[in-house]
Amino acid sequence: MLRMIGARLMTTVPSVIGVIIVTFLLTRVLPGNTAAYFAGPAATPQAIAEIRSKLGLDQPLPVQFVSYVGALAKGDLGQSLTTGQPVTADLAARLPASAELTLAGLLLAMAVALPLGVLAAVRQGSWIDHLCRVVATAGVSLPVFFTGLLLVYVFYFQLGWSPAPLGRLDVFASEPPRITGLFLVDSLVSGNFETFRAALSQIILPAVTLAIFSLAPITRMTRASMLAVLGADFVRTARAAGLTSSKVIGTYAFRNAMLPVITTLGMVFSFLLGANVLVEKVFAWPGVGSYAVEALIASDYAPIQGFVLTMAILYVVLNLMIDVLYGVIDPRVRLEG
Amino acid sequence: MNDMTKADHVPAEVAPPLRFDAPPSTSLWAHARHIVSENPVTGLAFGLFALIVLAALFGPSLVPYDPLTSNTNAALQAPSAAHWFGTDQLGRDIFSRVVVATRLDFTIAIASVALVFLLGGLAGVSAGFYGGWVDKIVGRIADTIMAFPLFVLAMGIVAALGNSVTNIVIATAIINFPLYARVARAEANVRREAGFVQAARLSGNSDWRLLMTQIVPNIMPIMAVQMSLTMGYAILNAAGLSFIGLGVRPPTPEWGIMVAEGASFIVSGEWWIALFPGLALMIAVFCFNLLGDGVRDLVDPQRRN
Repeated sequence: MLRMIGARLMTTVPSVIGVIIVTFLLTRVLPGNTAAYFAGPAATPQAIAEIRSKLGLDQPLPVQFVSYVGALAKGDLGQSLTTGQPVTADLAARLPASAELTLAGLLLAMAVALPLGVLAAVRQGSWIDHLCRVVATAGVSLPVFFTGLLLVYVFYFQLGWSPAPLGRLDVFASEPPRITGLFLVDSLVSGNFETFRAALSQIILPAVTLAIFSLAPITRMTRASMLAVLGADFVRTARAAGLTSSKVIGTYAFRNAMLPVITTLGMVFSFLLGANVLVEKVFAWPGVGSYAVEALIASDYAPIQGFVLTMAILYVVLNLMIDVLYGVIDPRVRLEG
Repeated sequence: MNDMTKADHVPAEVAPPLRFDAPPSTSLWAHARHIVSENPVTGLAFGLFALIVLAALFGPSLVPYDPLTSNTNAALQAPSAAHWFGTDQLGRDIFSRVVVATRLDFTIAIASVALVFLLGGLAGVSAGFYGGWVDKIVGRIADTIMAFPLFVLAMGIVAALGNSVTNIVIATAIINFPLYARVARAEANVRREAGFVQAARLSGNSDWRLLMTQIVPNIMPIMAVQMSLTMGYAILNAAGLSFIGLGVRPPTPEWGIMVAEGASFIVSGEWWIALFPGLALMIAVFCFNLLGDGVRDLVDPQRRN
């Protein structure tokens, strides 16, 4: 097991190097004068030249790359012009909000998609199978920001069930003490149920928006892989041996069908991390996505580069975790590794 | 049914097109009619597609109002007989803006898909045909792009290249590159040693000629399927970028930016500003996804579901 994790860790090294090179190129080589960006629109040529040498942009590229990697190793992603804070600190402060939203969306999507996919496969051709197909097609066609706005209109404006789409907590509620940074977890741990309810009512709509978006690939994959497993010999054998159908489906088929679904999660995370940006903008969610969007509007480039790099590294780590999880679930992978 | 395996699909048996059987144009047409009549959903998709193309071509000369002229007397009106989709905060007619926006959204999608078809297709075909270091380099580039969450990478590219529509096209093409390169690579790879390629090689054709006359024409149908399947994603991606304020600038009518403009009015109940451009976007994406399935049925009957 350890050997497998080690081998898998080694394969992430080229990805991380690639990611760092691409983010470096995005800041330095491409058209557009980085120094002028950093100096702001009203800067004089002297000021730009000064910033140029201060940022080391007058050095040859390989030298710049070495100092870039050196700064990265120290966790230095530069300064944000709009907040005046180091980008690393800003991102660290806002990451829990994004993580909470993404995880809530993903858990919600899996809670709906897995049973739906399994039922669609077990009762192939029934209404639930058609429902599954509709969900899978609609999910990929709906622009995530549009779904979010529709939900806001229906559940905030028309029905009044949910609070205004303005962040993680309404102004009257107090933040829970920071333990994990996830409001839902922190408020439960500290026994503050009022804050928990306030945070929950704020997170429901954005989480549902993300869930609708990621429902399609999970449902589709669950159905397909469940169908494949149900046609396998060992399922036929289990049935012939007289096992109950809940035992056959729940234990024999489901566990095997989960393996391809877990692989799909990598792709789902790629979608989710992107969709997160749009959902955070719709719901004024104070996460890293809306931080990057604010920086984009202000032409503040260090935060955007920091955001892209952080998301990419996070994504590489998530893929690594998915592969390790795969090994935990499937002993065959462990043996090969 | 399953997009995941579609990209990795490698046909077991590869045969040159049987051109002597029947004139290909009539058989294709008959086949297309058969598919449309057999599957009404595909027919619907082709109909919607025709509508989108018409709106993109003639939209600006058909609409009842100028999409850019504001009229503050008629601001924020709900849909009515005069303004089918209502008016926005500046009194501009939303129906006219939605129709006129079709051209820009459609152009962005077509341009980015064409660009990635050229770049990704060529890179993938060379990788599959030559193998070796070409294959390694193309594979490495594709892996590096795939290491990013794709929308986030697109944001970073547009931010670095500069905020313009051209750069949205480029960013959308880059994030689709791995998909095209992989499909083209797999398809070229299985045909590399096929009998008809060997025969052409023995008759003294150069590598480049083999690629262009034997391999590329044979993988065109599969690439066409790939293109129509990614059109929807390209439109969604471009609209998402303009929703967060990249690329298209107001007052240009474009679906993503129109939804963004309408977003602040949703909480006060003016639903029509965001709803109609959002619906247009949704219908376009839906149409392209169905169309992709339809095109696949057309060119590759074995994979029908």
